[in-house]
Amino acid sequence: MATEVEKIVFAGADDRDLTKLAEYEAVGGYEALAKARAMAPQDVTEELITSELRGRGGAFFPTGRKWSFVPSKDQIPKPHYLVVNADESEPGSFKDNEIISRVPHRFIEGCLITAHAIDSKHVFVYIRGEYSGPYEILVNALEEIPKDVLGGVTIVVHRGAGAYICGEETGLLSSLEGKKGWPKIKPPFPAIKGAFGQPTIVNNVETIAAVPHIINRGAAWFAGLGTKTQGGTRLYSVSGHVVKPGVVEAPVSVTLRSLIYDHCGGIPDGRRLKAVVPGGSSAPILTADEIDVSMDADGLKAAGTMIGSAGVIVMDETVSIPEALMVVARFYAHESCGQCTPCRESTGWIYKMSHRIVEGKGRKEDLDTILDVAKRGAGTTICAFYDGAVGPYVSYIEKFREEFEALIPRDA
Amino acid sequence: MPKLTIDGKEVEVAPGTNLIEAARQAGSEVPHYCYHPGLSIAGQCRLCMVDIEKNPRPQIGCNTQAADGMVVHTQTERVLETRKSIMEFHLVNHPLDCPVCDQAGECWLQIYYMRHGLYDPRMVDEKVHKPKAVPLGPHVILDAERCILCSRCVRFCDEVTATGELGIFNRGDHSEIGLFPGKTLENKYSGNVIDICPVGALTDREFRFQVRVWYLDTARSVCNGCARGCNIEVHNNRRRLHHNQGRRIARIKPRHNPDVNRWWICDEGRYGFRWIDDDRRLLTPVRRASGKDVPLGWDEAVADLVAALRRYRPEEIGILASPQMSNEDLFALQRIAGHLGIRAVDHRVPPRVAGDEDEILIRADKNPNRRGAELIGLTQGETAAILDGARQRRIKLLWIFQHDLLDSGLPAADVSAALAAAEMVVFQGPSANGTSAGAHLVLPSAAYVEREGTFTNFQGRVQRFRTAVEPLGDAVADWDILGRLGRALGGGDPALAATRAEQVFTALAGHVPAFAGMTYRAIGDAGLVAKA
Repeated sequence: MATEVEKIVFAGADDRDLTKLAEYEAVGGYEALAKARAMAPQDVTEELITSELRGRGGAFFPTGRKWSFVPSKDQIPKPHYLVVNADESEPGSFKDNEIISRVPHRFIEGCLITAHAIDSKHVFVYIRGEYSGPYEILVNALEEIPKDVLGGVTIVVHRGAGAYICGEETGLLSSLEGKKGWPKIKPPFPAIKGAFGQPTIVNNVETIAAVPHIINRGAAWFAGLGTKTQGGTRLYSVSGHVVKPGVVEAPVSVTLRSLIYDHCGGIPDGRRLKAVVPGGSSAPILTADEIDVSMDADGLKAAGTMIGSAGVIVMDETVSIPEALMVVARFYAHESCGQCTPCRESTGWIYKMSHRIVEGKGRKEDLDTILDVAKRGAGTTICAFYDGAVGPYVSYIEKFREEFEALIPRDA
Repeated sequence: MPKLTIDGKEVEVAPGTNLIEAARQAGSEVPHYCYHPGLSIAGQCRLCMVDIEKNPRPQIGCNTQAADGMVVHTQTERVLETRKSIMEFHLVNHPLDCPVCDQAGECWLQIYYMRHGLYDPRMVDEKVHKPKAVPLGPHVILDAERCILCSRCVRFCDEVTATGELGIFNRGDHSEIGLFPGKTLENKYSGNVIDICPVGALTDREFRFQVRVWYLDTARSVCNGCARGCNIEVHNNRRRLHHNQGRRIARIKPRHNPDVNRWWICDEGRYGFRWIDDDRRLLTPVRRASGKDVPLGWDEAVADLVAALRRYRPEEIGILASPQMSNEDLFALQRIAGHLGIRAVDHRVPPRVAGDEDEILIRADKNPNRRGAELIGLTQGETAAILDGARQRRIKLLWIFQHDLLDSGLPAADVSAALAAAEMVVFQGPSANGTSAGAHLVLPSAAYVEREGTFTNFQGRVQRFRTAVEPLGDAVADWDILGRLGRALGGGDPALAATRAEQVFTALAGHVPAFAGMTYRAIGDAGLVAKA
């Protein structure tokens, strides 16, 4: 049976249409904002630090600590910006879509509290271009908000133009500034010099949506929901070969097995599970034998993979892993921004090799070449894109090598 | 100033110095492509990795500032292995067409592959194909397949010229350099992108396929195109005379001077050398009488000029010196004028059209040595008054250096009348023009690349230029012509007894306070500022 959990992010959304301001206010909407605004900004940040909320975009950075990096206006007398990353593009991840579509006001309230905490009057929501539905819902929700609730904060919703890399923190900032979506070299970090050269905090939608609850019910309560290193609940986007795919709000420590079998009804048509990608396409793959792992960051790290954006991709026995690698390699080759040489050149090269293998034209040395090229490029680039690509390149081959070798002609 | 240790060597560097430059000071080479000291930091080629103690993995040197106490290693096994990997990535889609590539011999892919690559190629798949031989503007042509996307050219057009013609289009390994719609790469500095392109992606439309770079010799020089005096290298082809269409000068490249031109030169200067090898050059002294040209040896020519200078009283002689002449030439001329008591001397001839000027390098005055002429004092007379004197037959001998008075800002009718009225016109310069065509005695002088000397730029910086090629025909440096003349006139002036330009300069430094204490050695390659 599914482990029942109190819904945090989607609280009230099963019974009411929380896209409407009145409905949201009826469940206590915007009360947290009033409470936060009565607090000093640094006290709000302190509360967030205690809550153990961690970035839900994939990097898992402690949110409160990130906020504390913004220099005071005495140190750097420039406007501060809050940028919300709603460019959800990780294959296998679709939770932010659901948050904005179902609880837009909770998200906006989170934005306004965060803006207060970092002393910002400007919020930019960078939303994935393809998310036209959520975009409409968000814009409509913003139009409903009275001026006094906004409190002098402007919220600009900016639509992306379809590049995965624009979901990378600084690629997003470049794109927002009207430039090609190239990640920026660090230092300087965005908290010091971010959007338009101003101190900027970039947070994920799910992170922001958790903020009102933390203020409302206290950091200790929120921290208590999670594990030692991470507070709250988690939204898992479960897709692929499960009976009930969708977004599941569950404890951060739920096991992968429970997610698949209890929350999502198991594998359809009596077929056998083959592999699972637990944290979006960049997370190393797990075999069917490895699913008794806890989905919290530490558990997955111990299993050699990562929680990332919590996009769970379930593959049953009908899936060819070499083909899956070819598809994911094609994605990374297509989406590499092309700025750093190792990523630009080897994503395309690895796709060509994986494609050749699937076509039955593989060479004996190809698998080791892919592994070597992947490992040589890892950690050499400006952003984490390539490291994300290395996850599947290496894990698919290392865990399913025989399946690849079977495709390579004996005389090759 | 931060003190740090690089490869075991302690160096102290200016605050803000990055690890590539700090390593350079410590004598260690950190290979790089996208980093250029004159441009912003891009950090995208990923080649300049160095190991910094207490850092878990190698860091890029370009975006890491030297800090006090930092311990840096540029030669660890890990760094060497990373470089090798990055080199392999750079060459995955490179066409490896060195035999037909104009960059071969000065290509940083070749250089770094030999120094840091030397892996066995593993790429067996079809490479990405991109546009080839795409003209970007009047001077630059692009081969996108050879491009390593370092973005130097893009940053140059964004940051130095602020013209923004270039961008990187598409993504991943389909990324390519290109022009924004409706743009052409024709800013006044476009040729610099060829220099800063580390590979054969951007090549010079005029230079390419003319001569292989390993046949070229190099001379350090100074551009004579305007009063800036940009430091340049003259690349000349003396070893393959059948190449480069027989021309000796193959190309001009900028030479770094932080106080004058940084790393750049303008296109006007870069491509303004064709006259040196063209057929307007004067090759031999000529006496012109009753419509006939009589070629002379130098002894005869000098004797002719001596006779002319003795035939007239000093106040009947007018001299128009040129700010194209070197300090040595001008000083020798000033000595001659002084000895003979000639006072009608000037160097100022207004140009036909006012020169263009900008905030980057280009100066409106298109002469390299105006300031030198001023400091040496060739301004006792005044051009208009001299020509006026000629028209009124008070001045009977006009001795004109280089200027084409008929193609200047002076009223053409006045000039023609003056030239017609003068009993004798002597023209001295490297190339024929309308004024030389009517002269009675023509003396061919060596072009600036055919001799050495110094120019004083608009900032008062005295800069040396060296001999790149031999003078054409019988041409001789102006100071040398004037020295021969001085010796024929007698008087024993050491400035006129010189056999090398340096000796003339020594005399100049002894006579003109602005140059006091200067020597060729002290001027060196960076120049010295004259005392105001």
